[in-house]
Amino acid sequence: MTEIALSTSGLNKKFGSLVVAGDISLELPRGARYALIGPNGAGKTTLINLMTGMLAPDSGKITLGTEDITAVPPDVRVKRGLVRTFQINTLFPNLTPLEAVTLAVCERRGEAGVWWKSLPSCKAAADEAYGILSSLRLGEHCERPTKQLAYGQQRLLEIALALASKPKVLLLDEPAAGVPKEESGELFAAVAGISSDISVLFIEHDMEVVFRFASRIIVMVSGRILVEGTPDEIAANERVREVYLGSGHV
Amino acid sequence: MNAQTPGAAFNPQEVLRAQVRWRALEIIFWVATLAPFVLTPNYLILCSQIAIAALFALSLDLLVGYSGIVSLGHAVYFGVGAYSAGLLAKHGWGEPISGLLFASVVTALVGYLISFIMVRITHFALIMVTVGLCLLFGEIANSLHDVTGGDDGLQGVKMWSIFGIYRFDMFGRTAYVYTLVATFLSFLVLRRIINSPFGLSLRGMRENQRRMPAIGVPMKSRLQVVYVISACFAGLAGALSAQTTQFVALDALSFQRSAEVLVMLILGGAGRLYGGLIGAAMFMVARDQLADMNPQYWYFWLGLLLVIVIIFLPNGILGGLAALIDRVRSRRS
Ligand SMILES: Nc1ncnc2c1ncn2[C@@H]1O[C@H](COP(=O)(O)OP(=O)(O)OP(=O)(O)O)[C@@H](O)[C@H]1O
Ligand SMILES: [Mg+2]
Repeated sequence: MTEIALSTSGLNKKFGSLVVAGDISLELPRGARYALIGPNGAGKTTLINLMTGMLAPDSGKITLGTEDITAVPPDVRVKRGLVRTFQINTLFPNLTPLEAVTLAVCERRGEAGVWWKSLPSCKAAADEAYGILSSLRLGEHCERPTKQLAYGQQRLLEIALALASKPKVLLLDEPAAGVPKEESGELFAAVAGISSDISVLFIEHDMEVVFRFASRIIVMVSGRILVEGTPDEIAANERVREVYLGSGHV
Repeated sequence: MNAQTPGAAFNPQEVLRAQVRWRALEIIFWVATLAPFVLTPNYLILCSQIAIAALFALSLDLLVGYSGIVSLGHAVYFGVGAYSAGLLAKHGWGEPISGLLFASVVTALVGYLISFIMVRITHFALIMVTVGLCLLFGEIANSLHDVTGGDDGLQGVKMWSIFGIYRFDMFGRTAYVYTLVATFLSFLVLRRIINSPFGLSLRGMRENQRRMPAIGVPMKSRLQVVYVISACFAGLAGALSAQTTQFVALDALSFQRSAEVLVMLILGGAGRLYGGLIGAAMFMVARDQLADMNPQYWYFWLGLLLVIVIIFLPNGILGGLAALIDRVRSRRS
């Protein structure tokens, strides 16, 4: 039996009368590469917000490994290995990538609350941060303030920050959002390079990319899971064609 | 741009170290603080007040400049520190150094209690609560007339000699040495805090409050720590003021003092370590000079200066200087 890294059961969330998550139950096995697709406003980002604790569900349960984390605060979920990136860049504009990733590494190592040691004395953290940045080809840009980086580099930094927390489960919210199609290859090369120990759930609109990288696909429409299956099953599914693929995305 | 020697392997530790290294200008700055003993011996009392204001502004910078939290009530901590030190001396223990420690511990405790309110609110609510607390503490001090002297101020503060040797003289020589040493030592501690992993996480909170939990940072406890540290050093500044003037006026806790220290910081440049120090020096000297000429017009000139600086140098005077130096350097290379 495969080990389940993250699961939700019966997750519900309403904004007023709008159902943004209706009875969401899913399981992400260890080491999996799952894609979450669906039209704009389907509730994909909301689902990530619920999983990571940035939003509280009205009802339902979230389990990380074997642990019920429904009531665990967001920062503690990160410490336990559930990490996300953001669809809209959520970075530190005036910090350099080296500083930002070092901060995330220090935090993971439990050193970020230390006020009596100078930052350069955290050599292991700085080296690790630089290693992560280099692996995403951000090494040579790591001394410039983040706000001066090209947009595509900022998208890579989103991923670098998440990797610094050593995730067990990584939720990527449209890693290539806003990046021109010709340049998105580099981002997905980074996604493809993520260690196979890490379970990845990624949101993406480009079906070509989804079919290439995902072992299974979850389709969401109007806050509900429409269907889940292998890429072939999804491609052959009539209802998916109707609501999603038919609307000009292929 | 690159701090490394060409050809050598990139060393991230060195890059971080380059940012925290002592610069020549810093050493010049601190040596220059000794100049008044020789150049302006008649102004040593003003100099101690500048040193105290500088420490107070630096403590606020930890919140405003580094953590991105605005406070319009920082005088609460200055006042608590001043009254703690003043009351201790008035009631029989006039030893200055233990008095300073006592006052900063008391203020840190007050800061700790207040921090439970502060971490629950943000933005405008936070600013309003800081103002509210300032008014509240001011009124409490006013109504406790028997303890604080109320409107008349706290009289009868008698300080002993430092180490039993150096008396606080009427020219303010001892006072300036004392405040300068205390401010410099506090600066060393604050500088280390700012350049620590904790300091980096403060800047992270300033830069993006939303990302912090997503990289695992427990924001509330991190904020509580910075409130306590900031309160502690503001209290120290207040205590220095009480001890060197041997008096505490009600305005130690006033909204005006809260606003003034923010003005000093913004003038000098928040989030730049020396911004508060430079701002405090400019503010105090300008007030001394302008108020001598025409007391009523001091606020006119201050207002004008503030408007001009905010419009033309949004990052304060040090921010403007840094931008200028950058431009000259990039033109040269
Ligand atoms: N804080 C909020 N308050 C009210 N409505 C919200 C809130 N956040 C999201 N919504 C609504 O919930 C629905 C789902 O939004 P969500 O961002 O999860 O969609 P999405 O699937 O990620 O879309 P996209 O592909 O555009 O990113 C949308 O209709 C959105 O307008
Ligand atoms: Mg979205």
